[in-house]
Amino acid sequence: MQYLEGRKYVVQTIFVVVALLFAARLFYIQVLDGSYKLAADRNSLQRIVQVPYRGLIFDRNGKLMVQNTPVYDLMVVPREIKQLDTVRLCELLQLPIEEFRLALTAAKTYSRVKASPLIQNLSTPELAAIQDNLIDFPGFSIRAHMARSYKTENLAHALGYVGAITPKLLESPKYAKYIAGDNLGITGLESFYEKTLMGRRGVQYRMVNVRGIEKGAFRDGEYDTLSIAGLDLHTSIDSELQQYGEMLMAQKRGSIVALDPKTGEILAFVSAPYFEPARLSGKGMGNRYMDLLNNPDRPLFNRPLMATYPPGSVFKLVNELVALQMGVVTPYTSFPCNQRLVKCTHRHEPPTNVGIAIKQSCNPYFYQVMRTAIMRGRSSNPKEDARLGLAEWRRQVMSFGLGQQLGVDLGSERKGSIPSPELYDKMYGRHGWNFRTIYSLSIGQGEIGITGLQMANIMATIANRGYYYTPHFVRGIGQGGPLPEYKERHYTNVDPQHFDAIIPGMQAVVEGRGGTGNLASLAQFGISVAGKTGTVQNAHGPDHATFAAFAPAEDPQIAIAVFIENAGFGGSSAAPMAALMMEKYLRGKVERTQWETWLEGDASKFIRKR
Amino acid sequence: MPSSPARYSRSLDWVTIGIYALMVGLGWLNVYAASYSPDAPAGFAGQSFQELMANNWFKQIVWIGTAVVLMVILVVVDYKAYDTFAYVFYAVVVLLLLVTLFIARPIAGSRSWLELGPVRLQPAEFAKFATALAVSRFMAGINLRHQNWRDQAVLAGMTLLPPLLIIASNETGQALVFGAFLLAYFREGMSPLILIILAAAGVILILALLIPKLWLIGGITLILGGVFLVNSRVMRHHLPLALSVWAVVVGMVFGVDFFFNQVLQPHQRKRIEVLINPSADPLGVGWNVTQSKIAIGSGGLMGKGFLEGTQTKFDFVPEQSTDFIFCTVGEEWGWMGSIVVIILFMALLMRLVYVAERQKSVFGRTYGYCVASIFFFHFAVNVGMTIGLAPVVGIPLPLFSYGGSSLWSFTILLFIMLAIDAYRKQDLVR
Repeated sequence: MQYLEGRKYVVQTIFVVVALLFAARLFYIQVLDGSYKLAADRNSLQRIVQVPYRGLIFDRNGKLMVQNTPVYDLMVVPREIKQLDTVRLCELLQLPIEEFRLALTAAKTYSRVKASPLIQNLSTPELAAIQDNLIDFPGFSIRAHMARSYKTENLAHALGYVGAITPKLLESPKYAKYIAGDNLGITGLESFYEKTLMGRRGVQYRMVNVRGIEKGAFRDGEYDTLSIAGLDLHTSIDSELQQYGEMLMAQKRGSIVALDPKTGEILAFVSAPYFEPARLSGKGMGNRYMDLLNNPDRPLFNRPLMATYPPGSVFKLVNELVALQMGVVTPYTSFPCNQRLVKCTHRHEPPTNVGIAIKQSCNPYFYQVMRTAIMRGRSSNPKEDARLGLAEWRRQVMSFGLGQQLGVDLGSERKGSIPSPELYDKMYGRHGWNFRTIYSLSIGQGEIGITGLQMANIMATIANRGYYYTPHFVRGIGQGGPLPEYKERHYTNVDPQHFDAIIPGMQAVVEGRGGTGNLASLAQFGISVAGKTGTVQNAHGPDHATFAAFAPAEDPQIAIAVFIENAGFGGSSAAPMAALMMEKYLRGKVERTQWETWLEGDASKFIRKR
Repeated sequence: MPSSPARYSRSLDWVTIGIYALMVGLGWLNVYAASYSPDAPAGFAGQSFQELMANNWFKQIVWIGTAVVLMVILVVVDYKAYDTFAYVFYAVVVLLLLVTLFIARPIAGSRSWLELGPVRLQPAEFAKFATALAVSRFMAGINLRHQNWRDQAVLAGMTLLPPLLIIASNETGQALVFGAFLLAYFREGMSPLILIILAAAGVILILALLIPKLWLIGGITLILGGVFLVNSRVMRHHLPLALSVWAVVVGMVFGVDFFFNQVLQPHQRKRIEVLINPSADPLGVGWNVTQSKIAIGSGGLMGKGFLEGTQTKFDFVPEQSTDFIFCTVGEEWGWMGSIVVIILFMALLMRLVYVAERQKSVFGRTYGYCVASIFFFHFAVNVGMTIGLAPVVGIPLPLFSYGGSSLWSFTILLFIMLAIDAYRKQDLVR
């Protein structure tokens, strides 16, 4: 029996071996292997991003245009669905069963255990319809967040819209701070001022239990950051003027841009056809976007910024200014209305000075002005002379901000085009062209394109006698002013006295007997308008009507450019429309309502009337 | 009855009592931590007894209080009663197990809880000390080394009856504990072959899960063949032996395979599979093991501090105050704390072996080894499962896990031993 006592050592050895094994294993998982610590944090730490309140957008009179309202997403955790009464839920949601099934399948594909949005952007009334009944539908819940809502029915093209970030943008380093599902400004001011409007996100670390229920701040919020609300934007838009402009443009295609020449602030920015900004917000936004996108009238197209037209006769002013600056003509230079050079629009008194030429929009006169400006005899070869002349001309013209982005605070601004000698070299070969090839430029036709915004800016420049401020929408960010670049004057290469030389002619267009823009007169109110009509030949049907002006001529407060596509002669439709806009802005009301009636309907009526 | 309380008290083994008290105290701290909620800090102020009883940490105080009463009674009772009434206890427990089987309401799939008003008892817990007493009493009358098959059969029957009843009530974990008796039997002369075969079966089970069956058999054949060839001069005379060893091992491979696939229930099979590959079912069966390891592993060297554990507090670890109480130790006290607990267990086990060995009677010594083995088995399996070294078997960590039945059961086991030990000198005097 004695030797059995030794077995106690065997038993003790077994005990100790197990203890040592455990100690070693514990040392490995607790001290050596750090992955368990990470796993624990992943388990119980939840990073909650607090999306700040997006900045509001106001008009120039402090009227609220864009604000935030809570909207609600119906969330679903597919695994938690029990005994789903699909028919009743769809009735409550007013949703076709098929659509519901598709959405649910998509949610299941995403995750069976994580919540994903089933229906997004329910409004408060829509929420009320289902909220009380939600208890009967386990697995469904509501998530609230902020969405844009609009106090205005206008200005959609400038305001732009807010939407969920796309997977493509997410990959770009510029958007590194965004996560899937975040909203951001997609177009317009919402996009341009995204950083300002968005504010700064807050991050909170919360401890959660196994069911994801919050269990308090992590380390008493030591690592948390507060969200900072976005800054408000104070735009220079006069919302009444904007609304009036859109009303005038109803059923037409084209654009109106009105500027305050003293500051470059945009007062109205009409792109027709237009749509209500609210259409690109809230439930069903995706479908409505597709409707707009597929509309043949292209309402999403931002015409004042992206449509480039030949400027037509309005451009004669620029040509005249450039020629005056070059010293090749004077205000008193006389040219015959020689119809062999170029056809003139109508029969009129002889253009014995620039005033009459502008008033009558005499095509041969400005043909000769430009030829004088281009053909300077710098070379004995007239073709080379045309090349050199055009290059010089282009440099002067571009100082008006043409052929380049002005730098308005909206994205996707078109440069337009001011043709260079190289362009014609490419088209016809070097020395394969002469002045006769490019003479259309003298009357604003041919290989030239400018935007509605640039046209309005030409008026602002003339109104200021030689300089402009970059047109912009936002005159105040938060408590501060506009972006610094909008406080800077941009001088043209043309001296102020030359502007003084042409302004009387522009006044005569409106007020002089037989002027092409008589319908734009506000003389009855003692307001003198300086303007210029344009009738733009184009490849897309009847001529485009255009009229650009500023008023009052002696102390300009508004510069405006109106483009109406396929409305024929600029004097009959664009001129009265511009006048109504100026009357509205300068007097705060419109008394000449007969012109509103005159302008009603689509553009084709002006073709017949002509 | 003791002649003088003071003299009797001196003969008690205060070392064991000290370790016991330390373990129960630390155990309570961890139960408190595991059931502590930062939302509603636990305290006595302004709460009625009923409200307090809703908290596990408070109930554990009640269980500890009753355990103190229990231990006083256990050491005051005449030690001879444990010997004399050993079979009676055994019979009562077997009866209770049978009754439980028929009247118990199923709780979490097992019919092992006996409800007496507000108190719930698990007779399986008490089967341990009763069986330990009974087999010790029986061992005192036989000699295991004499190959008396009748005695061996009776012993085997006595040992197997309670676990079979427990398995019938779906508490497999508690039934496995009775396997620990083999260590005591080994000390009393059981052939070591049985332990070796069982250990081999365990190894083969794990290997069979890792390696296809035929590869395993091929490998074993190669190894045995290799051993035989290397020692061919000696082994030549033992060819039949070598062949039979081979046959036994191959038989075991098939036996283990059969056991694993046919005998084990699917959820038990999963628990063993998860042991080898925890990522097999991370949100299902593997969840407990993964989360338990995360909790312990995140504790680091020094732990997160008392009440600072996030994994155990926020319910990531299931059954954190009962079977997975060691997670709280590991997370809040780190490796150092875990080592303290392991050392405490080792101290208790070594002391129990020491106390058992100083018994003059076979009864006392066998019982001592039974107690040590039961504690060891619980410790090994419970801690092993929390750190992914043993399959998830629902048995508590002695003196640490929350629960009255388990605390009482281990108190009874331990203090009967202390009572027997305290009287050993009297035995000599008489």
